[in-house]
Amino acid sequence: MAQMRSMTFDALIIGGGGAGLRTALQLSGSGYRTAVVSKVFPTRSHTVSAQGGITCAIGSADAEDDWRWHMYDTVKGADYIGDQAAIEYMCRTGPEVVFELEHMGLPFSRTDEGRIYQRPFGGQSREYGKGGQAARTCAAADRTGHALLHTLYQNNLRHETTFFNEWFAVDLVLNSAGTVTGVIAINIEDGETVLLQSRATVLATGGAGRIYASTTNAHINTGDGIAMALRAGIMVQDMEMWQFHPTGIHGAGVLVTEGCRGEGGYLINRDGERFMERYAPNAKDLAGRDVVARSMVLELQEERGCGDERDHLLLKLDHLGEEVLNSRLPGICELARTFAHVDPVREPIPVVPTCHYMMGGVPVNIDGQILRQADDGSDEVVAGLYACGESACVSVHGANRLGGNSLLDLVVFGRATGQFIESALRDGISLESASSDDVERAMARLRRLDSGSAGNNGDTPAALRRAMQGIMQRCFGVFRSGELMRTGRDELQALRPRIEALSLSDQSSVFNTERFEVLELQNLYEVAEATAFTAELRTESRGAHAREDYQERDDENWLCHSLYWRDGNRCGRRAVNFSPAGMDAFQPTVRSY
Amino acid sequence: MGNGAVRAARVASASSFGRTGVQDWLVQRLSAVVLLAYTLFLVIFFLRHPQLSYMEWRELFATSAMRLFSVLALLALASHAWIGLWAVTTDYLTTRLLGSRATLLRLLAQCAVLLLIFGYLGVGTLAIFR
Amino acid sequence: MGKDGSNVVSNKLQISIYRYRPEHDEAPWMQDLEYETGGRDLMVLDVLEGLREQDPSLSYRRSCREGVCGSDGMNISGRNNLACITPLSQAAPDGRLVLRPLPGLPVVRDLVVDMTMFYRQYESIAPYLINDSPPPAIERLQSPEQRAQLDGLYECILCACCSTSCPSFWWNPERFVGPAGLLQAWRFLADSRDTADEERLAGLEDAFSLFRCHGIQNCVASCPKKLNPTRAIGEIRNQLIKRAV
Repeated sequence: MAQMRSMTFDALIIGGGGAGLRTALQLSGSGYRTAVVSKVFPTRSHTVSAQGGITCAIGSADAEDDWRWHMYDTVKGADYIGDQAAIEYMCRTGPEVVFELEHMGLPFSRTDEGRIYQRPFGGQSREYGKGGQAARTCAAADRTGHALLHTLYQNNLRHETTFFNEWFAVDLVLNSAGTVTGVIAINIEDGETVLLQSRATVLATGGAGRIYASTTNAHINTGDGIAMALRAGIMVQDMEMWQFHPTGIHGAGVLVTEGCRGEGGYLINRDGERFMERYAPNAKDLAGRDVVARSMVLELQEERGCGDERDHLLLKLDHLGEEVLNSRLPGICELARTFAHVDPVREPIPVVPTCHYMMGGVPVNIDGQILRQADDGSDEVVAGLYACGESACVSVHGANRLGGNSLLDLVVFGRATGQFIESALRDGISLESASSDDVERAMARLRRLDSGSAGNNGDTPAALRRAMQGIMQRCFGVFRSGELMRTGRDELQALRPRIEALSLSDQSSVFNTERFEVLELQNLYEVAEATAFTAELRTESRGAHAREDYQERDDENWLCHSLYWRDGNRCGRRAVNFSPAGMDAFQPTVRSY
Repeated sequence: MGNGAVRAARVASASSFGRTGVQDWLVQRLSAVVLLAYTLFLVIFFLRHPQLSYMEWRELFATSAMRLFSVLALLALASHAWIGLWAVTTDYLTTRLLGSRATLLRLLAQCAVLLLIFGYLGVGTLAIFR
Repeated sequence: MGKDGSNVVSNKLQISIYRYRPEHDEAPWMQDLEYETGGRDLMVLDVLEGLREQDPSLSYRRSCREGVCGSDGMNISGRNNLACITPLSQAAPDGRLVLRPLPGLPVVRDLVVDMTMFYRQYESIAPYLINDSPPPAIERLQSPEQRAQLDGLYECILCACCSTSCPSFWWNPERFVGPAGLLQAWRFLADSRDTADEERLAGLEDAFSLFRCHGIQNCVASCPKKLNPTRAIGEIRNQLIKRAV
């Protein structure tokens, strides 16, 4: 094989979604040689599908609004295992970052005063839960993610960020000192494999909702960064915490924004009853997503579902009127007509809880530096590697993310990571080199796949992926129990050798999607296994993790993060941060809506 | 902040002979109006002279107003035809469609069109003032 | 089906699909396949996913599968559209589905086209807000009416269905910005916060960038998001003319 080409940058960002583009913008805006590696053209990243908005106390809908109220809501929504220093940072810095986006051109919807339009979202309150529902989610109609992603890409064009579009990052390159020196990447269009070296490498690869059979996530959400980190020996955190969004379109899985309920829509069962009034008398349909999703599953279990199969519930919107629907929720109307064959102006939309968001990820500090556990259990930094966005776990979402906080997470910590790398580069980071052995180690997976010696024994990537998704859906869904999870874990682990042995029926190098499908499936598997082990480990119910055999929250034993290492499927724990910089921490109390 | 200038896709202007699209667009519309007026005038003239004789026809063209109008119409026709055919040649006689010989072909075609147009213009003007 | 309002679709779908693998095929060819739909009104993307399970060498782009990422633009039974939001009842009412790559761009493989030219034209119009006055401490204010000027413009997903249905873009993709690029040009011209109108207009006044639009409106007919590039082009042209006279 000919010598592999290599290229060197000041900063290398893996992933061209909201978080990656915000980091890249920070760095290329300051003149650093910044490259973004994205397996799809950046505006096709999954941020584009975010609908409802970006939650932030900018004081437009309510001049009195306070970022501390937002922080309280977020801590409570996270069921108290969100890191409070990070949440404080996010909620405090948020307005500045949102205004920056507006200055960059993001076409937010507007109020009559000309300010950014804000809508109510789930889990939002005034005055620390005592002042009723807040309206804090800044929106560009119901296409906020689209508007945000395009704005960030456009500004990266302006600042001449280097883009490796339709390049696939395979694995991290670590040298013998454990420093990350870059990544192995393949140009999808012609199959060339290249070593991309950098002083700072950022994982911004997004979520992995495709481990489940039913998900709002795009096909590309395959946890590539999580799996790369796991294979490099880096730990991941809170991987049992998966958010099921209450309103995925029944059958299709396509997302229907919480903004529908924010604008006044509500869920009904087969009797036409607004059942959330029973489960969450105060917040009703705008309770935390975990609460609403569980209530829906209970309704279904008690045979109050709709349709012949009683397998879904209905989201009623027609009472909002055609004008509101067309101006505030035009995208939803379009999706409902296309995927549910109903017109929300006249009929309700059939919905079910659908896997939506990964609260866990690679643990990082506020600066985006990836953490590992020293022998004494304290945090230390992995040199050369950073993460932000859904693939990172700062952790601002804890056990349950609030609607509208994901876009905020992306831009706040995308920017913070960029700012930190910027200052580190200014101080001078030397470019660490990797030996040919180091590079060869990172090439191992690709070599095995391309050698094609294993033979598939009749396995196809599609069939194995379906099997894995089925197990995750059945055993690690909205409600979980120890016995079912153990079965699921065993079934899952039986798939590993088959997934690792997959070879290619098509060895061509030009736009060979089969190659990437297998690499992605291997990545998904790593994420699924991490979820299976940590979910079984956490013997309590908290946030999105609801166990039938441990129905109560157990603050004595589990007010902590879970950790997972790939090597030996080792699990561990890490303390939650209760030390915000400028205020007292919110102490855990009973979480009710 | 950084690079504020618009880096628009500037077109090599050699082949558009230094005109802008706005000018072309305006000339096409103006020349069309002139041609329409001229045509309407002639149609009305014919309708009002059902048994048109050669003398009547000569009389019409003896007035300097009619001569001026005719020259104007001729110029309008020439520019209209040139802009239109230039667009056609730059659409279809391109390296994209015909390979490297396209540039030469296009120039030849454009020269031929120009020659033809100037020829008609000359003959037309002579006919009007003879 | 039928009870959910969808059309009844024939069980057996006859598919003709454009294949070209540069490492295997000397020339592109049409592959004829049959697909069992079970009578369901699937989306074209569902069919493609099913076909790819049988033949993993079939290549196309896809991601969000809900019509917002713009990956899977292709020519479906003669019309450019997104595979993920085009149901068979619309694409193959007679049980015959013909899939080809977007026309006018070089084919990389199968249904995958090289979109470099398309993206370059997008970049050429400076697709970002320009306002070099110091920003206020909060957002720049914009009335709902001013913001409404951007509706129908900012929603573009860059799928290239419009530009690749436009003959002017086929003939002069290097010089005609194309409907998608021009829609975005107007998106920034129409934005009350943008201050670079003069530079933007100056960049479009030549004979090709905008004026190669002959108003045939294929772009309007093919836009999966129901946007209207022709109208946007008309708006820019009016501004250019106003500026010239």
